[in-house]
Order: sequence, then structure tokens, then C-alpha cells
Amino acid sequence: MYGDTSIQKPMKIAKSGSPEEAELERNFQAKIDADIKIEANDWMPEAYRKTLVRQMSQHAHSEIVGMQPEGTWVTRAPSLRRKVILLAKVQDEGGHGMYIYSGAETLGTSRETMLDDLRTGKAKYSSIFNYPALSWADMGTIGWLVDGAAITNQVALARCSYGPYSRAMVRICKEESFHQRQGYELLITLSKGTQEQKDMLQESVNRLWWPSLMMFGPCDDDSPHSAQSMKWKIKRKSNDTLRQEFVDASVGQAKFLGITLPDPDLKWNEKRGHYDFGEIDWAEFYDVIKGNGPCNRERVNNVIKAHEDGAWVRTAAEAYAEKHAAKEDAA
Amino acid sequence: MSEKNWPLYEVFLRSRAGLDHKHAGSVHALDAETALEAARDLYTRRQEGISIWVVKSNHVHASDPVDNPSLFEPADDKIYRHPTFYDIPDEVGKM
Repeated sequence: MYGDTSIQKPMKIAKSGSPEEAELERNFQAKIDADIKIEANDWMPEAYRKTLVRQMSQHAHSEIVGMQPEGTWVTRAPSLRRKVILLAKVQDEGGHGMYIYSGAETLGTSRETMLDDLRTGKAKYSSIFNYPALSWADMGTIGWLVDGAAITNQVALARCSYGPYSRAMVRICKEESFHQRQGYELLITLSKGTQEQKDMLQESVNRLWWPSLMMFGPCDDDSPHSAQSMKWKIKRKSNDTLRQEFVDASVGQAKFLGITLPDPDLKWNEKRGHYDFGEIDWAEFYDVIKGNGPCNRERVNNVIKAHEDGAWVRTAAEAYAEKHAAKEDAA
Repeated sequence: MSEKNWPLYEVFLRSRAGLDHKHAGSVHALDAETALEAARDLYTRRQEGISIWVVKSNHVHASDPVDNPSLFEPADDKIYRHPTFYDIPDEVGKM
């Protein structure tokens, strides 16, 4: 059980608002400024802890819910090769969720609490997973764009100030690279196929391009917590900076596939040394976050169902463990 | 719908023969046997380990970061404990 372990419990506790707390806070910020990582049993401001729990649990939930859009295609993969790849990828997403829950738990919130919050809708997850995967091409586009956007974010997060989060990200980034490459390879195959396959590829990218750009979150001007997160080095780059990196990287990759990106305003800006791109539909973004995306209810219901369907397994495992513990006590 | 939390186990992996076990993360499990199985599923999907240790998290005792100055700073000014502190003429050869 969490909380009774000295590798996680912060031992130094100061009264809120006391001079002692102010000094601890100064020392904390000095460590951050010197790029020294914070570990679980180090003192940290309560707001830092809360921000991390919220961000890490949302991140973990995104991995768990992210298994669903691709999971629906496992049985419909066109070849055994594609099927084993997709299975491994979906399994990885589950694993990534577990790495991050494991890291988040070191902050003093139990995994059950985090998962309860997902099931009751109190906690959010990335809005991209509230869009359906409608065609086989989506399996490629999700790898290329959705995982590509995730990697852009996660490479920055691998340098975040909280040790357990940073280490989980290093591990995840290594594995995500496979996710993006298998997706792009799938799309290359489609791009060399029949007209129908090429159309399927273009249609998929048209649908998923904008939601992928939304994955980086609101514009910097509308992102109220960003400044504090940057100061704490939880965030190392701003939403708009990361979004720009992603756009710049994607244009050439789209060209190679012989497809267009669905943005008439997308063009190279010599002066900035970056691509300009059109305005994101923020009304849609906030609407999906509020729960009105095409799949919000289905995604959460599946999470709840999986939990309920697994109840008998947990009960059996608990009965087994109790019986064996009793036997050991008797021996 | 909240249920009781299963015990937490810390997971250590030996990545290759000849290397130490290194902390990889943690899993929840009801006993050591299932903790090993969960650790295998979660932490060795890509040949990351050839041996796994699991230990209940509450069996690990950690030093308190508050004690760091008294524990670790005394080593800071003892440079004579390192081989590079000593000047040995080149003609002596490798030592």
C-alpha cells in the first residue's frame, strides 16, 4: 500500500505560510534552477505535487484510453505482420500507462484513486482519443501523427524536473519511436497502393490532422498554468513551440507520402524559418474536452466495463492470497 | 466502487549477465509470485532483463534527504581518497 514507505514519503513537513516553509521553497526552486531533479521523498510545494499528480494521471489515462481506438482494429488487420505489430503497440500503450501511474503514485495518490477519477469522469485524458478510428489507414495516421505529436511532447517531458516522471518518459520515448515508424511505414504502403488505398490515406489524414494539432493544448496566451509549470520545469517548452516543431517536421513527411495536409494557410515563412499554419478550431477543442466529442461516453464506458468485468479475477486473486498467507502463518 | 489497494512492490532488473540489478519501477500485487509475473509483463517486453527482483516497497528503508549534508558532504573534501590526487612521474609507467 502506498504511504508507508520511506522511499516515497516526504519526511520534512513545514507549516503552511511559516518562514521555514518559505526557506524550503527557496531551496526547492534553487534546485530546479540548477537542473537538479526532485525525487519522491524530497520536500516540494503542495502545488507542485498537485500539478504533477493531475498532469501525470491525465497522461496515464490517455495511454489507457488510447488503447481503444486501435484495439478495435486488431481483429481486422489485413495481415499477420500488421496484426502482431498492432497488438504489440496496444500492449505498449497499456505499459506506458502503468509506468506513469507508478511514477504518479510516488507523489502520494494511490492508483485506485486515479483510476476512480477516470471512471467517474473527474479526471481528463487527451481529447484525441475521443475521435473514432474509422478506417485501416487510421492505424497508420495515428502512429504517424498522434504518436508523433505525443513524442514531440514526451521528448520535452523527459527533461522534466520530477525524477520519476522524467525516467518514465525516457523509457516511453524509446518505445514510442517504434509506434511512429510502424505507422508511417503502413502509410507508405498505402501510398504505393491502389487509388482506393491512396484515397483512404488522404481521407484519414484530413480527419486526424487538426485533432493532432490540438493535442498540444491551448495557445500559450490561453494556457494559464503554463508559466508556473515552466518555472518549475515540469514543462520545458510551451504548447505553441511544441506545436510548431510538430508542424515543421510533418510537412516534409506528408510530401513524401504524396498527400496534402488539410490547411490552405500552411506555407513556409522564410522570415520566421517555420511553417505558418491556419487557426485551430478552438470551439471544437473545448467542446470535446467538455465531453461532447464523438466517442467520449463510449471510451469511459469501456474503461468502466473492463474494470467491472475484471472484478471476479481480483476477488479470486485476493482469496488465493489470503488462503496462502494463512497457510504460511500456520506453518 | 473504490477497492482496497494491493501492496506495492519495487522492481529491479538485471539487464545482462554480469551487471547489477537496477531499479525499474513498481507494480501492485498480492504476493511475490504475482508481483514477479506482473514485473515480467510490464518491464521486460524488449529484452530489458534476464533476472527480476521484487521487494515490498515498505521493506525498503531510505535515508532522509534532510540528512544529506551530514551523511554525504563529509566526502566532498577528501580528494586524497581518489587516485588522481597523487602525482606519479610518467616514467614509472601505468599504476
